[in-house]
Amino acid sequence: MRIEVNGAGHNVTSPPLASLLTVLREEMDVTSVKAGCESGGCGACTVLIDGQPRRSCLTPVVTAVGSEVTTVEGLGTPDSPSAIQQSFIHHYAMQCGFCTPGLVVAATAYVNGGGSDDLDSVAEAISGHVCRCTGYNKILEAVAAAVKSSEFDLSSTAVDKNTVVIKTGGAV
Amino acid sequence: MDIDVRIPDSSRAAAADFGDGSGVSVMAGGTIMMNLLNSYRAQPSKVLLLHKAGLSYVNQDGSTVTIGATTPLADLAGLPAPLGPCAANIGDPAIRGQGTVGGNLCAIASEEFPVGDLQGALLALGATVRSTGEGGERTEGLAEFLSSGGSRLLLEVSFQLPAAGAFEALRRPHTKHFTPLAVSGALASDGEVRLAATGAASTGVRLSSAEAAANDPSEAGQAALEDVTLADDALASAWYRGRTLPTLVERVLTQLKEQA
Ligand SMILES: Cc1cc2nc3c(=O)[nH]c(=O)nc-3n(C[C@H](O)[C@H](O)[C@H](O)COP(=O)(O)OP(=O)(O)OC[C@H]3O[C@@H](n4cnc5c(N)ncnc54)[C@H](O)[C@@H]3O)c2cc1C
Ligand code: FES
Ligand code: FES
Repeated sequence: MRIEVNGAGHNVTSPPLASLLTVLREEMDVTSVKAGCESGGCGACTVLIDGQPRRSCLTPVVTAVGSEVTTVEGLGTPDSPSAIQQSFIHHYAMQCGFCTPGLVVAATAYVNGGGSDDLDSVAEAISGHVCRCTGYNKILEAVAAAVKSSEFDLSSTAVDKNTVVIKTGGAV
Repeated sequence: MDIDVRIPDSSRAAAADFGDGSGVSVMAGGTIMMNLLNSYRAQPSKVLLLHKAGLSYVNQDGSTVTIGATTPLADLAGLPAPLGPCAANIGDPAIRGQGTVGGNLCAIASEEFPVGDLQGALLALGATVRSTGEGGERTEGLAEFLSSGGSRLLLEVSFQLPAAGAFEALRRPHTKHFTPLAVSGALASDGEVRLAATGAASTGVRLSSAEAAANDPSEAGQAALEDVTLADDALASAWYRGRTLPTLVERVLTQLKEQA
C-alpha cells in the first residue's frame, strides 16, 4: 500500500483500516496533523485529500491510496508561508496553535473553492473545528481577509521573523 | 487478528462479498465506523469497504430521483427541499464530503443519541430503498427498511420529486454528531402531506397526528407531540424539544402552504 503525501510517496506498514492520522503521525512523522479527539469532533486532524478537507482520524488509510494527501507542511514553509498562513499570522488567528494546522488546511480548501468573505459563510466552513483559545473571531477575520486577497496585500504584511516565531517539526 | 478487508469494484461484487450479511461490517464514508474502530468499540473480523463499488450517483428520470448508497452528503445539497437543505445542515464540509447517504440511513441509533438526519427528509418524501442480503435483492419503503434492523446492504434510495417541500431545524452553532431536532415536510403530487422528525427520538419518525391536522399548522404543531417520545440528552432536554417541535412543524406546514 503506497500513499502520496505532500508530493512524496510513502509505503504504508500499518494495516489498511488504520487511520490516515495514525499513519501520518506515527509512520511519517507528519506531526502538524493533530490527534485531538480521534472521533471526528474537533477538526484538528484535517488534511486535504485531492484538495478537499477530510478528517484524517476518520479516514481508513487504504481509501487514500491513489489520492494526493496535503497537510500544512505541503502548503508553505516558515520562510515562505502560504497566503492563508500569512493571513493567520497577520490577524493573530492563533494562540496555542493546536487547532491551527487543521484550520489552515480547511481555510485553504474554502478559499480555493471560491468561498465568500461573508463571515456566516466562513463560520459554516470552519464549523467542524474547535479552538479553545482564540474565541474564533480572529480566525474568521483571517479567512475573510484571505478571500479578499486584493484588499489583503501580502507584500505589505511581511512577517517580522523576530517577533513571530513559527516552530515546525518535533512531535507535539 | 487480521481483519479481512474487502474492496469490491462493482455493486455486484459488493453484493457477493456481503452475502447474507452475517459476520460482515460495512464501511462507506467511515465517519461513524472509524470512530468505533479507533476506540475498539467495534472489532470486526470482516469489513466491506464500499468506496470503489460504483454506488455514488444521483440520477433523475422524469420526476423520479435515485441516489446511490455511497453518494456523499455534499452531492445532495442542490436537491429541492426537504432533502437538499437537510443534507446541507449535516456536520461540516469535511463530514458532508466523506459521509454517505447509506451510512446516514443505516447508522445504528445508540442509547446515547439519535442519528441519521436524512431519515426524516426521506420519510417525508415517501422514499423506497433497494437493498440486498438474505433472500437476495428487494425494494421496500424506507420505514420498513429501517424497522428491519439494519442487517441488509443498502444499494440505492428513490423518491418522487414533491410538489412542495420544507425543512426546519434547531440552529446549531457548531458541528454535532446529529441535529437535536429537525422537521421535514413534503406535499406529494397526489396532494398527500407527509411530515417526519429527526432528533426527537432515536430514529426518524412520521408525525401522523400532525399530518392529520395539516390544514391548521398551529394545531398540527401541538398534535405532533402525540407522535413522538421525546429524547432527553446533552444537546437538548426533552422539555426543550417539546417546546420547539410544535414551532418547527408549524413553520414547515406554513412553508408548504405558501409553495402550493
Ligand atoms: C463531527 C460529526 C458531525 C456529524 N454531524 C451529523 C449531523 O449533523 N447529522 C447526521 O445525521 N449525522 C451526523 N454525523 C454522523 C455521520 O457523519 C453521518 O450520519 C454520515 O452520513 C454517515 O455516513 P458514513 O458513510 O460516513 O457512515 P459509515 O461510518 O461508513 O457507516 C455508518 C453505519 O452505516 C452502515 N452502513 C454504511 N453504508 C451502508 C450500506 N450501504 N448498507 C448498509 N449499511 C451501511 C455501517 O455498517 C455503519 O453501521 C456526524 C458525524 C461527525 C463525526
Ligand atoms: S482528531 Fe480528527 S476530528 Fe478530532
Ligand atoms: S489556538 Fe489554541 S486551540 Fe486554537
